[in-house]
Amino acid sequence: MNYAMIAYILGTILKAEAVLLLLPCGVALGYGEGDLPALAIATLLAGGLGLALTFRKPRNTVIYAREGFVVTSLSWIVMSLVGALPFVLAGQIPSYIDAVFETVSGFTTTGASILTDVEAMTHGLLFWRSFTHWVGGMGVLVFLLAIVPLAGGRNVHIMRAESPGPVVGKLVPRVRDTAIILYGIYIAMTLILVVLLLLGGMPLYDSAVHAFGTAGTGGFGIWGDSIAHYDSAYIDVVLGVGMVLFGVNFNIYYLVLMGKWGSIWKSEELRWYLGIITGSTLLIAWNTLPRWGSFLQSLRYAFFQVGSVITTTGFATADFNLWPELSRMLLMVLMLVGACAGSTGGGMKVSRLIIMMKSAKREISRMLHPRSVYTLKFEGKPLENQTIYNTFSYFFILAGFIIGSTLLISLDNMDFDSTFSAVMACINNIGPGLGVVGPMGSYASLSNLSKVVLILDMLLGRLEIFPMLMLLAPSVWVGKRRKL
Amino acid sequence: MKIVIVGDGKVGQALTGRLSEEGHDVVVIDNSPDALRSSVEIYDVMGISGNGASYAVQKEAGVEEADLLIAATSGDELNLLCCMLAKKLGARHTIARVRNPDYADQLVLMKEELGLSMTVNPEQAAAREIARMLRFPSALKLDSFARGQVELVEIKVKAGSPLLGQALYSLSGILGIRILICAVRRGEEVYIPTGNFVLQEGDKISITASPSELDSLFRKLGIYRQKIHRVMVVGGGRIAYYLAKQLLKLGMPVKIIEKDPLRCEQLSDVLPRAQIILGDGSDRELLEEEGIEDMDALVALTGMDEENIIISMYAGTLGLSKVVTKINRMSFQEILDGAGIESVITPKGITVNQIVRYVRAMENSQGSNVETLHRIVDGRVEALEFNVAGNCVGELTGIPLKDLRTRPNLLIACIIRGRQIIYPGGSDTIEAGDNVIVVTTNHQLQDLSDILDRS
Repeated sequence: MNYAMIAYILGTILKAEAVLLLLPCGVALGYGEGDLPALAIATLLAGGLGLALTFRKPRNTVIYAREGFVVTSLSWIVMSLVGALPFVLAGQIPSYIDAVFETVSGFTTTGASILTDVEAMTHGLLFWRSFTHWVGGMGVLVFLLAIVPLAGGRNVHIMRAESPGPVVGKLVPRVRDTAIILYGIYIAMTLILVVLLLLGGMPLYDSAVHAFGTAGTGGFGIWGDSIAHYDSAYIDVVLGVGMVLFGVNFNIYYLVLMGKWGSIWKSEELRWYLGIITGSTLLIAWNTLPRWGSFLQSLRYAFFQVGSVITTTGFATADFNLWPELSRMLLMVLMLVGACAGSTGGGMKVSRLIIMMKSAKREISRMLHPRSVYTLKFEGKPLENQTIYNTFSYFFILAGFIIGSTLLISLDNMDFDSTFSAVMACINNIGPGLGVVGPMGSYASLSNLSKVVLILDMLLGRLEIFPMLMLLAPSVWVGKRRKL
Repeated sequence: MKIVIVGDGKVGQALTGRLSEEGHDVVVIDNSPDALRSSVEIYDVMGISGNGASYAVQKEAGVEEADLLIAATSGDELNLLCCMLAKKLGARHTIARVRNPDYADQLVLMKEELGLSMTVNPEQAAAREIARMLRFPSALKLDSFARGQVELVEIKVKAGSPLLGQALYSLSGILGIRILICAVRRGEEVYIPTGNFVLQEGDKISITASPSELDSLFRKLGIYRQKIHRVMVVGGGRIAYYLAKQLLKLGMPVKIIEKDPLRCEQLSDVLPRAQIILGDGSDRELLEEEGIEDMDALVALTGMDEENIIISMYAGTLGLSKVVTKINRMSFQEILDGAGIESVITPKGITVNQIVRYVRAMENSQGSNVETLHRIVDGRVEALEFNVAGNCVGELTGIPLKDLRTRPNLLIACIIRGRQIIYPGGSDTIEAGDNVIVVTTNHQLQDLSDILDRS
């Protein structure tokens, strides 16, 4: 293990976080609500620590897959620990565990909140809270790769550890250029969203905050009743379409920018993703028709909620906790499905679902015709067996963590809906679940143990399990001493 | 520049590493995803699996906008097809590896007809280099600049050498020969020495000098070796064929030992004047029977690095004037020094150097070109020959060297003006039309003006 290099990269991350914190500092200065000192202290702390760690560049800058995983998960943990400080320092979230929960929920674009009265928070802190969504959505380390050359050619390990999806492809030969392209698309799309929200009559501050929540598919709002606060069909549609678009693999946007429009229809994952959205929207619209009266109204709420859940954003325009059981269960299933690989969304990813369904189909046909040879294809290319194994083991481990966490949370003695959906909503990075933790509820009433479990679940979900598991492997921490 | 490499084998992977380190955007195409995976994990490049000669794969790799496509798969015909297609798709330059001796005579024709920019033949290049080493047996390694006007050799400073304990600036006076020591390797460290540098025993030094001055240097140092006459080649592969052809042309008798009867027959068919022995070259009895002790030189060219090393070590103990060892894997070079193996040849390395030289020259088609590029001291030092032309003329020419602010670890070793060779002092100047040899540990020189320290 190259510990020196890991420390150096962590230092760079902290410096980057200090720079990012300047933005909410500016907002706090503008509103003058007294939260500026808290933000400023956190900024200085992050910057100082970062400078100390990056004082000397290590001689050996080579990192391997191992270090890539470790540095990725450590970065997310360190960033969240530091990012939680402003909330505590300002006294608006007195408990440090709660503050960390809120920050991790932000960076992992979950959107689960322990706040019972979000409207009581100051503008600067709320801005930081939503800004973490935007930063975490595309990945902090990918962002760093775009601006600083870190570890020679080998930084592809970092990108692989941080980017969601079963297969991580580069758009162009260099990691750095790929990162720049991805962030370029991300920033442009966010800005367009802000403008569209402004056109819908939303104030600038609200537009920016909600655009961050949508772009990162996070879901932190600034009102107790989330998007329902505006009660505007225009805003519902803009945010709904926005969420769906940010849940699409960003590679497709790049190909479209390159003029390859055909790639939209060629993408199997995109077809499935849009198909699932259309199907579930129609089903829920039909199921909830009696609530809204008109089909158009019902369609509006159903579409927004499906988009919000499948992309793992977690905004709400209605309390879906009160919807009929079929709709509630459908949403629960969508939580697990998640968005497309290579997007900002969480969950298991549509591509993994396709891969597993296809290989299940192959196994069944093999039972009928034991001698049949059947190559699995995905996106027009043959699937490597390794990818299939990885997908299945990912699913198995994910299921293991869901069951384990559910057992731990059940110590709080809530009903089944709340217990299970809290875990699902956190590990899939959605945010609101059902019951106590539903869209109009909060995670505040959970015990500290449950909160820590959910914090780990959120990180596991965002980094797709394996990087976090690496931290637990003894061989990561035991160096040469084993030779003794 | 955007470069597409087809074939991720030995040469392909080495090229990928070098070209991506030099800052090019590299896309690698190979049939096997496993081979690609290792390239993509080590280097910052993109890998595409598929047949490199297929239209769809080339389009996916973006050959249309590529500046260069290098075809280095194991099949000559496939390489040619790749290049043909790439040229039609719009790649600016193409390089193909063509190694079958049957095509050797039609290379020029193929280059013109298929629009190839260059063909490379690792085996032939290796054979040419071995032949050069055999002509100059005293040097560990030998490279030449300016069509042989200046040689760059590497020798080891042994105990009792008159070079020991002397500062470099006083050497010319002591020896009465004009030479320049441009790089010194001491243990793990590599130095670009200044005039005050003092040599120690065991240093491996790289010297530039003209061939005649080198000759007298070797005599003075007492390391002059007999001219090579009889050569034994162990292993009858393609390199052996090319080498034997060249040596026979020079009138040196060649004995080739090969263990495959079929190959032996082929060789005796195409090399009627060489002596072909059927047998296992790693068999000591056989080597003795064939008179290894009476040979001047032995070249170990079997397909196995280990065998080559053992045979060379054995030959070394017999006191042959020259032993050349072919090694395919470059990563263990430093342990070979300890084993007494001095002259090592790596076909892969030679090919990669050839192509990198071409790429650097491509990058500055208007500026001063890299004419020759050699990597010395295990690839840690580069010696480059530039022709002074184009945009660096005003910037560098006519200024005394002592007033030029050059980068650290860089030495202007030689200026070749017409037939005259200048070992420059502080008051010498670079003029348009000169050829300049620069030795440096910095591996990013593209243009002669890059020697200036701009920071």
